[in-house]
Amino acid sequence: MNLFFNVGRYFFMLKRVFAKPEKHKMYIKQLFHEIDNLGVNSVGLVIIISIFIGGIMTIQFAYSMANPLYPTELIGLGTRDTLLLEFSSTILALIMAGKIGSNITSEIGTMRVTEQIDSLEIMGINSASYLILPKIIAVVFVFPFLYILSVFFGLLGGLLTGPMVGVITMHEYIEGIQWLFVPYYATFSIIKMFFFGFLVASVPAYFGYYVQGGALQVGKASTKAVVNTNILILLFDLILTRLLLT
Amino acid sequence: MIEVKKIHKSFDGSEVLKGITTRFEKGKTNLIIGRSGSGKTVLLKSILGLYEIDNGEIWYDDRNFCNLKEKDRKKLRQEIGMVFQGGALFDSISVEENVRFPLDMFTSMTNVEKQKRVDFCLDHVNIEKKAFKLNPSEISGGMQKRVAIARAISLNPKYLFCDEPNSGLDPETATVIDKLIQSLTREFQMTTIINTHDMNSVIEIGESILFISKGEKEWIGSKDEVLDSKNKKLNDFIFANKLYAQMREEK
Repeated sequence: MNLFFNVGRYFFMLKRVFAKPEKHKMYIKQLFHEIDNLGVNSVGLVIIISIFIGGIMTIQFAYSMANPLYPTELIGLGTRDTLLLEFSSTILALIMAGKIGSNITSEIGTMRVTEQIDSLEIMGINSASYLILPKIIAVVFVFPFLYILSVFFGLLGGLLTGPMVGVITMHEYIEGIQWLFVPYYATFSIIKMFFFGFLVASVPAYFGYYVQGGALQVGKASTKAVVNTNILILLFDLILTRLLLT
Repeated sequence: MIEVKKIHKSFDGSEVLKGITTRFEKGKTNLIIGRSGSGKTVLLKSILGLYEIDNGEIWYDDRNFCNLKEKDRKKLRQEIGMVFQGGALFDSISVEENVRFPLDMFTSMTNVEKQKRVDFCLDHVNIEKKAFKLNPSEISGGMQKRVAIARAISLNPKYLFCDEPNSGLDPETATVIDKLIQSLTREFQMTTIINTHDMNSVIEIGESILFISKGEKEWIGSKDEVLDSKNKKLNDFIFANKLYAQMREEK
């Protein structure tokens, strides 16, 4: 019953979010602010995580393909395809749900409990639209770029780590990451990133927008938002993989 | 003028407002007083449309708020200024930007005109220029309330609502805020409704006082009548403070 109530209220909120803005100029200003706050500020984290994961995957692939019958190009290929298909999209979205999602819930939730949202409503502003729409557009817009960055730095991580620890030469690695390349994998993941971006912005916004109580409830709402967003990301990953890849 | 007629509001089967009928006059400071939990805030939020009432009518001059479409409600809300208990200033932007926000959103003024209006509003509530660029968290509670008042009057509202505007303030600052609201009400001829349980405000600026108890209208009068009232519930509320009991004896 609670699930149906929340799903219904989520779609009701979305209906308000996509209403006509009061003043486009103010929304655009807010959009740029959100791109900076939610997107640009996440670039550092994405780069660090991707470099490490790329490096770790290269070592692990090298370890599991130690058999001399396997061509060494498989190490680069495995790293590349894992990054392209799953890590730089799904796993990155899960990580971003933690960073961006909790940020969105706590920001909107704090505005709710300190009556800033009531204040917007009394001014005659559609608070759901003004606060949430720029966040959704910003996250949906930046997610594909974060994906591309993640793939690039993940591959770079493998390139630096593999030869450094001596599991593969630089030449073999570069050959591997170009071997049997399927461009559709990138298209598929970018499509996924649009969906994940929407979930990462809208689900935490929902939990923040309807929070009741004080600081403690805002904290609890942030946790709920991250958990629910993660579950939905995995569910959508399964659905989209089934629909677009098999 | 704002008029409410027989308004009822319940939450989960528990009736909080039980058919309150009253009128709030233009150019006067209209106070709603009562114990905590008496329904003051629910009444205020119902008049503002933050809560949908179950029954009754709310009139803003000749407009029945309950019958207005969402689009018309939005228009009406641009004529309303609100000062929240905690100020409710947007903490991600500066003092100046807070006051400019309604102007950016609803007017087609030039930047110079907006700046003039912001300066005018902040000057009216005695905020020094050096505080304009600070964030709300960097100024005192009293200043936050004054900035909230400046923001509330920035669009020249016809109706001003204040929810416990001097809670958490020292008596001197509270008096300053009360006097400020009263002088702005007179100067701009607004219909001002103040929700309070501060007896100092009642005695200082209570031009019209509505006392509610358990969701019902219990007494209505002015600051000159409040100390001489024969209403037992009102007397219990006021004279719980010994200072006012002493004042009545002296009177």
